[in-house]
Amino acid sequence: MIRFILLQNRQGKTRLAKYYVPLEDSEKHKVEYEVHRLVVNRDPKFTNFVEFRTHKVIYRRYAGLFFSLCVDITDNELAYLECIHLFVEILDHFFSNVCELDLVFNFHKVYLILDEFILAGEIQETSKRAIIERLGELEKLE
Amino acid sequence: MDSIINPFSSGTRLRDMIRAIRACKTAAEERAVVRKECAAIRAAINENDQEYRHRNLAKLMFIHMLGYPTHFGQMECLKLIASAGFPEKRIGYLGLMLLLDERQEVLMLVTNSLKQDLNHTNQYIVGLALCALGNICSAEMARDLAPEVERLLQFRDPNIRKKAALCSIRIIRKVPDLAENFINPAAALLKEKHHGVLITGVQLCTDLCKVSSEALEYFRKKCTEVLVKTLKDVANSPYAPEYDVGGITDPFLHIRLLRFLRVLGQGDADASDSMNDILAQVATKTESNKNAGNAILYECVETIMSIEDNGGLRVLAINILGRFLSNRDNNIRYVALNMLMKAISVDAQAVQRHRATILECVKDSDASIRKRALELVYLLINESNVKPLTKELIDYLEVSDQDFKGDLTAKICSIVEKFSPEKIWYIDQMLKVLSEAGNFVKDEVCHALIVVISNAPELHGYTVRALYRAFQASSEQESLVRVAVWCIGEYGDMLVKNVGMLDVEDPITVTESDAVDVAEITIKRHTSDLTTKAMALIALLKLSSRFPSCSERIRDILVQQKGSLVLELQQRSIEFNSILEKHRNIRSALVERMPVLDEATFSGRRAGSVPTTVSPSTGASLKVPNGVVKPTAAPLVDLLDLTSDDAPAPSSSSGDFLHDILGVDLSPASGHSGTSQAAKNGTDVLMDILSLGTPPAQSSSSTPDIFSPSQNQKTAVVSLDGLSTPSPVSARAASPQATSSIIDLLDGLGPSPPAPENNGPAYPSVIAFESSSLRITFDFSKSPGNPQITVIKATFTNLSSNVYVDFVFQAAVPKFLQLHLDPASSNTLPASGSGTVTQTLRVTNSQHGKKSLVMRIRIAYKINGKDVLEEGQINNFPRDL
Repeated sequence: MIRFILLQNRQGKTRLAKYYVPLEDSEKHKVEYEVHRLVVNRDPKFTNFVEFRTHKVIYRRYAGLFFSLCVDITDNELAYLECIHLFVEILDHFFSNVCELDLVFNFHKVYLILDEFILAGEIQETSKRAIIERLGELEKLE
Repeated sequence: MDSIINPFSSGTRLRDMIRAIRACKTAAEERAVVRKECAAIRAAINENDQEYRHRNLAKLMFIHMLGYPTHFGQMECLKLIASAGFPEKRIGYLGLMLLLDERQEVLMLVTNSLKQDLNHTNQYIVGLALCALGNICSAEMARDLAPEVERLLQFRDPNIRKKAALCSIRIIRKVPDLAENFINPAAALLKEKHHGVLITGVQLCTDLCKVSSEALEYFRKKCTEVLVKTLKDVANSPYAPEYDVGGITDPFLHIRLLRFLRVLGQGDADASDSMNDILAQVATKTESNKNAGNAILYECVETIMSIEDNGGLRVLAINILGRFLSNRDNNIRYVALNMLMKAISVDAQAVQRHRATILECVKDSDASIRKRALELVYLLINESNVKPLTKELIDYLEVSDQDFKGDLTAKICSIVEKFSPEKIWYIDQMLKVLSEAGNFVKDEVCHALIVVISNAPELHGYTVRALYRAFQASSEQESLVRVAVWCIGEYGDMLVKNVGMLDVEDPITVTESDAVDVAEITIKRHTSDLTTKAMALIALLKLSSRFPSCSERIRDILVQQKGSLVLELQQRSIEFNSILEKHRNIRSALVERMPVLDEATFSGRRAGSVPTTVSPSTGASLKVPNGVVKPTAAPLVDLLDLTSDDAPAPSSSSGDFLHDILGVDLSPASGHSGTSQAAKNGTDVLMDILSLGTPPAQSSSSTPDIFSPSQNQKTAVVSLDGLSTPSPVSARAASPQATSSIIDLLDGLGPSPPAPENNGPAYPSVIAFESSSLRITFDFSKSPGNPQITVIKATFTNLSSNVYVDFVFQAAVPKFLQLHLDPASSNTLPASGSGTVTQTLRVTNSQHGKKSLVMRIRIAYKINGKDVLEEGQINNFPRDL
């Protein structure tokens, strides 16, 4: 199960934080700070997995943005790596060539996209097309 | 761009705010902007402004993400959720998920809105409600809303069904009791073609199995076939652009299916059997050049390892891991290491083959890989490979990263302690670790080392010289310094006189003043911590007696320390100084060598770890023939602690305050003056009280040697109290009587008559164990010429009217004993004592003459195919074994 998802830039600014387990606000800030510190200085050749407290963080870097998933220790690391990539592809498709600024100004859309992809810490849909179509329908309702 | 931010097109204030915040050059500026915004939002909330409510909440969410408090906006979420339009509801639910979590009381208020929205005619609104419920549902909400969610599992639109499935997962995680309601609708989802619904359905079923064994049985019986077929279809499906990842159709679904099959196959041979073919196919046919393919292989290997044994598949799985391990991609190597940890319990031999590669991974530059590899190496170590592997690890310790040294050191210490084949090797390895990474070595590891050193008298000289050398080379390692200072204090004379030189050693010339230098340097170096300095002070005091020529110099050092600002050091130096100046006559007695530290006591005290292999289980109490009824659940440690603490240990009692204090207390009671001889007997009495029924063999046969040094060296306490010199004769004469009278008072069993000494190796047989169903008798004999070894013939007699088959006798002993069990004469025990089984045990007592034997036993057998287990402990061995 995914515990939380973080999107952070190199400076450690959080661009998206979704928690599927309840945490105090202060604890969330601590987690964000620690995860950023863990992933930011790792060599690109290193594994995309870091052990974090009793869980592990699967992260992937796209340009200046780090996508980090915190998952159970028994979960399939490689699958979640693939999962991050699928999420990025969806964002890229939705914003047509996504950049950090898109995510800043449309943060609420990013949450909307994420909610169509992952729910209750589990993957909800694996088809990029299905998600994009669904988002199109939701857009029309606004 | 504008179309994307559509909900806020009525005004661009959210964009403006984000711009304004981004334009801030300092944190103070940013705080000012946020403060202003928050003030405006609060004002709007107070005015109950409706038009901009959702825009304000969106702004609050952004502010929240920056880390500012936004509690005042929580009620706004509820109001938005209660409004009619989709855009308002959407922002309301988003705010609910971001600003609140399941623990807030406010959440209670939202249950009703959620219920309405779950029943809404607009399926998009139903979707919003499900999403919020899935992400923040509490146990209470789960109970209230479970029927709605259950109904939605059959909703016509697949988007709702998949959301409802994941929502159900959250519900049953919160309230496992609700699981049974979901079993049937969840099983229906497994037949779906829509991948989204299928993957969420599989996940729901997997989670149901976790919380309900009923669900597990149901799915195992009804769904295994369906799932195998689904996996086959997915694995064989032609190119499907919608789900394609690197040439593989929907790896996510593959993985979920494999995971669910694992749950079904675990512990069920039939289910495992039915999935063998498809697992073999996935394991052989999946492309391994892309991450997606490897993810599937990895999951497949785990499933093969977990389901019921199939030799061919396991070989396949281990081969895949071998390929992974040699992959250039670090991620793949990492998962291989991870999985090999699990494989070790399945096929340790196969994993051992990759030892060299795994050892290389310990030296990887990536901390994640190192950590996994180190843990794996730790599991791979056994008696036969401990030496080369430890050498590799210690060599690597020199060059490893600072932040890895802690982990590595802890593991090496643990390996050395656990598998050390001989003491000299243990000491050598520990010294290397201490010199390389002494600052990372934990205190208890140092204590363990000191205990081992103290128990190896033949290595005292060697050890102290090695430590002296190590100190010269790396005096910055705190733990090394402590051990070195302790040993030099204890065995300083051996250092100087080159006592006990081993062949492997280079000769070394150390003068008395060199040895004192070590302690002095340690005290004067400002980086030494308090404990180290205090230990150095004690070492100095001890050396003052060992090296009379240096005592002036030592006194000078102590005098300097009298001005120490640290209370502990000041006090110690003042006390020691006065010993040197005013109590020269007792000094040598005070600074006697430490008694041999007891290994069993020590290991027993460490974290309550059980020093022997048999772990006490089953709560049944058990009758031991000496009259002690002891619950078997009581850890063996207790037993060992008890005996070792109270054992008379005659040769080592000179400095043991506990014994002497007890002795002094007890001896007046038995009518003697407080002499050390009487003290000894007093301790014996106590020993006998505590161990109830141990034959009161007179221990004086082994004691004379300790009486030979000067009389007042016996005990520090006694000497300090200025008590008169002992009168051995009267004490010795009185003691057996006192002892046996107490024994008689206590149990009246008198299990065996006191073994008369010098009577050759004849010992009485004892009934070691007796229960209503079984009796064990021990006959003892000593092998001539080696008093440490006792040969015990155990005779088992069946007291019941049933035949015992598969009869197995197991025994465990504390560390100072070594046990060898010969095969039993038979594993079938005839009924009603009509025949016996015998088995020979050989016990080597390394503390012969100091400690009695103790043993913990376990007997397993079968009556009419039913397993029976009996356990007990034996502490009525004759004393001098």
